[in-house]
Amino acid sequence: MIHMLALILSCQLAGEAVSRALSLPVPGPVLGMALLFALMLASPRLAEAVRPVGEGILRHLSLLFVPAGVGVVGHLRLLGENAAAIGVALVGSTVLAIAVGALVFRAVARLTEGKPDA
Amino acid sequence: MRDFTEIWSYLAAGPLVWLTATLVAYLLADAVAARLGRRPLANPVAGAVVLLALLLWLTGTSYDTYFEGAQFVHFLLGPATVCLAIPLWLHRATVRRAALPIVAALLAGSFTALASALALGKALGLSPDMLATIAPKSTTAPVALGISQSLGGSPTLTAVLVVLTGMIGAVVITPMMNAFRITDWRARGLAVGVAAHGIGTARALQVNPQAGAFAGIGMALNAIVTALLAPWLLALFL
Repeated sequence: MIHMLALILSCQLAGEAVSRALSLPVPGPVLGMALLFALMLASPRLAEAVRPVGEGILRHLSLLFVPAGVGVVGHLRLLGENAAAIGVALVGSTVLAIAVGALVFRAVARLTEGKPDA
Repeated sequence: MRDFTEIWSYLAAGPLVWLTATLVAYLLADAVAARLGRRPLANPVAGAVVLLALLLWLTGTSYDTYFEGAQFVHFLLGPATVCLAIPLWLHRATVRRAALPIVAALLAGSFTALASALALGKALGLSPDMLATIAPKSTTAPVALGISQSLGGSPTLTAVLVVLTGMIGAVVITPMMNAFRITDWRARGLAVGVAAHGIGTARALQVNPQAGAFAGIGMALNAIVTALLAPWLLALFL
């Protein structure tokens, strides 16, 4: 398990280093994900070994957002003053983005796959 | 025996109490969500945040003190992003076949998330600083903080907006997709991953493994697209 944790962290570290060194707009953890994906493609044995550890972390992905969410206590006044505008902007844009994303996916999938709702 | 306030002030200064409280609050909120049959509105992040905010308020604890303990959990957001390679690898054949719809939906969804948040925010009178703060809210937390900072926003407030956006996405995705009669798990997953990052992805993983994999892809790719689009779109709205 420690081997696999070290592997995951090394991927992130490499991603952060490359992102900084080349001042890429792609964030370090995302580059790390691409690196891990490439390693998994290269070695199915490694892929099977990293799976249980990674899936364990992903199973509680929601938990990882809790500390950032609690940060709300430091911004109650600012949020309160702009509550209506922020609320409308967040709800409106999230709903619109989901609708547009899903509808575009379905439309392009139908065009390229030639069947409805695969 | 020493009195309680003395022990408390000793413990409350270290990371142990707040790390423990974060895990316990999440487990409680998650148990309640499970009890409620994982209905969209029963979001474990929202429950845990409310519990912890109340606890901080009751004990007069500052967010900085809290974060010294909670940072260990927060840190894992980075490794968790790396781990999204796993669902991507598991579903690589499906993903390769759907490359075109993925790219189209990603670009359309990411652009919509950014442009509509900025347009609505500006129309409702948000300041330029607030617009920079709200712009990256559909991206996953570590990435959104970086974007917010580079745009001149407030990273800590962005973190809160990111979490709120994730909760909104996780709550609306299932009823919305049912209303639109979209039954393709790939479309549902990708849309929520792009619009509502890791919290949307967590919801998708709960509902269907294929939706979870596509949500993970949407979230990862949207981090890149938002980083590229945000400065350019924000400039249009300032």
